[in-house]
Formats: sequence, C-alpha cells, structure tokens
Amino acid sequence: MSAIYKRELNAYFTSPIAYVVYAVASFFAGLLFVATVLEGDTSDMTYLFRNMTTIIIMMIPILTMKLFSEEKNKKTEQGLLTAPVNLLQIVMGKISAAVTVYALLMVLFIIYALIISFFVTPSWVLIGSNILGLLLFGTTLIAIDTFISSLTESQVIAAILSIGAGLLLTSISMFKNMVDIDFVNDIIDSIEMMGRYENFTLGMVKFSDVIFFLSISVLFIFFTIKVLERRRWN
Amino acid sequence: MIEVKNLVKKYGDKVAVNNVSFTVNEGEILGFLGPNGAGKSTTMNIITGYLSSTSGTVTIDGCEILDDPKGAKSKIGYLPEIPPLYQDMTVKRYLEFVYDLKRVTLPRKEHLAEVCKVTKITDVYGRVIKNLSKGYRQRVGFAQALIGNPPVIILDEPTVGLDPKQIIEMRNLIRGLGKKHTVILSSHVLSEIQAVCDRIVVINNGQLVADESTEEITTNFTGMKRIQLHIDGNDNTVLMTLRDVDGVTRVRKVMRTIDGFTEYIVESKAENDVRKAIFRAMAKVDCPIVMMRNAEVSLEDAFLRITAGETQVNRKGGR
Ligand SMILES: Nc1ncnc2c1ncn2[C@@H]1O[C@H](COP(=O)(O)OP(=O)(O)O)[C@@H](O)[C@H]1O
Ligand SMILES: [Mg+2]
Repeated sequence: MSAIYKRELNAYFTSPIAYVVYAVASFFAGLLFVATVLEGDTSDMTYLFRNMTTIIIMMIPILTMKLFSEEKNKKTEQGLLTAPVNLLQIVMGKISAAVTVYALLMVLFIIYALIISFFVTPSWVLIGSNILGLLLFGTTLIAIDTFISSLTESQVIAAILSIGAGLLLTSISMFKNMVDIDFVNDIIDSIEMMGRYENFTLGMVKFSDVIFFLSISVLFIFFTIKVLERRRWN
Repeated sequence: MIEVKNLVKKYGDKVAVNNVSFTVNEGEILGFLGPNGAGKSTTMNIITGYLSSTSGTVTIDGCEILDDPKGAKSKIGYLPEIPPLYQDMTVKRYLEFVYDLKRVTLPRKEHLAEVCKVTKITDVYGRVIKNLSKGYRQRVGFAQALIGNPPVIILDEPTVGLDPKQIIEMRNLIRGLGKKHTVILSSHVLSEIQAVCDRIVVINNGQLVADESTEEITTNFTGMKRIQLHIDGNDNTVLMTLRDVDGVTRVRKVMRTIDGFTEYIVESKAENDVRKAIFRAMAKVDCPIVMMRNAEVSLEDAFLRITAGETQVNRKGGR
C-alpha cells in the first residue's frame, strides 16, 4: 500500500470530510429511497440510481478539491516531489484514496437492497450493474476533478470548477442539435456520460461503456501528471 | 559528492540562477550564502529535483537528477525553506508517512526513535503538528530530512525565524551531521554559515561571486584594515592623493561632515600601517586631516561587499 494512499485515506477520516460526504449523500439518497421505492411500493431502484448522479457531482469535488491544490498552497508538495517516487505513483495514490472513500458509499445501496429483500427478492444483477455504473461514473469524475485540483492553489476554486465540470458533462446532451454542425454533435456524442451511465441503470453492462469510463479516467490521470511535470519547468 | 554544473534557471524572462557551478565533497558542510532573492532556494530546488533547470546539470553521487531522478532523490534529505509539514498530522504519523514515502528499509521504530532523539523532538512525538511552536516545527522538518539516513542533506535557511537559543541548537545539530553526511546549508547571514561550514559559496543576483574555504573568507576580510578620515580639501585632489599612498587598497568618499569637511574610508592590508604615509601625503597637498581613526571591519561588511561585487575574491567557480 503506497504511503500517499495511506496518508490521504487517513486524512479523509481524521478530518470531517469523509463523514460530511457520507452524511449528505446518505441523507439525499435516503429521501430518494423513501420517496421512490418505499412510498412507491416498488423494488425498482432505477430512479434512485439515476438521481444519485446529481448528488455525486456535488459530493466528489469535496473529496478531490484539496488533493493537489492544498499541497501546492501549503508547500507540502515539495516533500512529495523531492521523494524518490514518480508522478504516476503520487497521482495514483491520491486518486485511489478518493475512490476508496467513494466506493465505501456503495454500502448504502447494499443496505437498501437488503431492506427491499425483506419484502421481495431484489434483482441482484440489476443492483450489481447499477453499483458498477455508479462506481465507474464516480471514478471518472474523481479523475477529472483531481485534474482540476492540480490546476489551482485554491480549494474553493477547485470545488466550484469541479461541480461545473460535472454538471456540464452530464447535461451536455441537452446541447446536442442546438447547432447544426455534425462535427460538434459528434464530439458531444463521444463525451456524453449520462447515456452510458443509464445503460448500467437498466442492467446493461456493455464492455464499451466500461472502457469509456476507464479511458476517460486514464486520460485525466495522464493530464494531471502533465500538469505537475509542466510546473517544474515553469 | 554533489556536482552542480553551469546551472541556469529562468522564470519567464527573469534569470534567477545564472551559470552557477560548484562541487561539494563527501563529508563537507558547504555554506550557500546570498542576500534574499539571490537564487539560493531556486538552486536548492533544482538540486533536489523539485524544479527543472533551464540548462545545466546536477549530479548526486554519480546520479544525474534528470536521468535518474529516483536514484538521486533517494540520496538526498531536503528541508525546504517552508518545511513540507502536514499540519493536521501528528509528528509520529507524519514521520511514519515520510519513512514509507522514502521506502526506507532501516528498522522503522528504532530508526524513527533515533531521528527524534537527534533532533530533540521525542517529547512532542504524539502532538499534532499545527500546535507546535516554530522551533519544534523546524526540527520536525529537519527530522523529515534525516529519515532514511541519506548521504546528502540540503537545508534551506533552517534557522530563519528561530530564537537565539534555537539557532544555537540548530547549529549544533548541523555541525553533528557533517561527520556522516555531505551538507549544503543556505543562509543570508554570514556569521551563521561561518559558524558551521567548511566552505562558503556566495551567490548574488543568480551569479556565483565567491567560492572559498571559510578560513580564506574570514582572513581575507578580517585581514583588512579600515581607516576613517575627515579631511579639509578639494574632493578630487584628496581622492587622488589617497589612492597614490603606498599600501592603500581602496578609498571611498562617504559624505560631508556637519562641520564642513569630507569623510573618507581608506582600506589597506592588515599588515600595512598607512596612517603616517597618509598624514605626509595630505600635508604635501595641503589638505589638513582633522580626524583619523581605525574603523571596524565586520564579517557582515565583508559579505555586503562581496555581494555588491566590489572586492576581488578568489573565484574558484566552475571547478
Ligand atoms: N516561481 C517563481 N516565478 C518567478 N520568479 C521567481 C519564482 N521563484 C523565485 N523567483 C525569483 O527568482 C529570484 C531568486 O529567488 P530565490 O531562489 O527564492 O532566492 P533566495 O532563496 O536566495 O532568497 C528572486 O528574484 C525571485 O523573485
Ligand atoms: Mg530562499
């Protein structure tokens, strides 16, 4: 286990950050669960999972905002960057810590599934594909938002830009066909996340969707490394 | 052990380090001296691989910092100007983190205990860093640099902001390192460096202006005499005449005195007494000396003069 991963994970749980994220996310997820599943008298959590994305877009920036901006602001990055580790290890350590905190949130949906199982046998495959989709969606956002954190010294700016980026990426399909340029619409199609996420909520686990989320994550990890590298040459 | 060759660093158009070269031998404590903004931190950041140079090379014990960053970095312990401390961690957690980060293989508990003992932070081991005093924080930063027992230790102004007692403690600590480590220590205070270093490299405006043993620097400048004179007479005549006096190395007009004369500072080698010669020369041109006394030469004066580029010093740069 890398030192950086361990330190970040510790920092999440020794500060209020992880708990705040868990509390807020479970509060809204709980509301959605009660309103759509329990009140609706159904075992279908699709609506809950679809609406989770909005909550997650708000919560992930809280996890990622300080990852690099604070290191730069407090000059602690000098310790990391002069240690005998490479940039990939640094970025991966931080991202995996955020992903770990995020992944633990999935316990929530397993609890919901167990609640449902008191009344009726839930579709475990569907729940599995939903959780996988949410994990991939969140991981991708973590990579993007970590990249944003590496661009600024201010946590607040990182958080705001990250929320903006998340909202833009999930609503970009609304802008499709607004202009009659194929090229633009093709781009929108190719970076559109929601359609791919919705496949998971319907129980469709497509290899291409998995690859899509993973490759966007890899791309932003690469960008983050480039930002750190560039800074040395400034 | 450390070889810095033709180092250049530009920040945009601004040249922060301009063709600096020096070497540090094994077991040596090198003082890196220069006024604020001279380029000390920039140079140290390049040596430790935090920044990349615009051109030039840095080699640590045979490892080139760009070609083999891991190898070079694993040989260096670095205390930057602002210690890289995570405020919310306890000293224990932080040092364990650094131990893991540097992939140290020495027995963990014993090694960390040893480092804490050397830097005298054992009694704050369980405390959260943000609650520590400046002196303790600086020592935790120091401890961090010592973890893994790296052969090279680089300290950027480690005594800034410490009180006199803490400065003396820090000095003793650094002196103790010299036996087992190669050390570079930067400061903008000459006396600080003179107290612990074997050799001094002086940098000003990004350029290396002196590279001498501490002994040489000290004798060069304490080996100089200064005389303060008040003289009545035409400035040019006085200056020319003073400069012609045998043994005088330098003459400077300082200011008009309140009683209408002019003050001059005359310098000579310590072994020459030029006072009588000055008296006779002034008498000859009929410029009466109304006051003459010996002026102190402090190390700080010497430093200011080196950095102002006024003196001829032995330049061994590029070695
Ligand atoms: N990131 C930076 N961008 C632009 N200029 C810088 C930067 N860092 C330092 N400088 C400039 O480079 C010069 C050398 O700075 P520095 O190495 O910090 O000096 P020192 O440590 O000797 O006080 C200064 O004039 C400083 O203003
Ligand atoms: Mg400095």
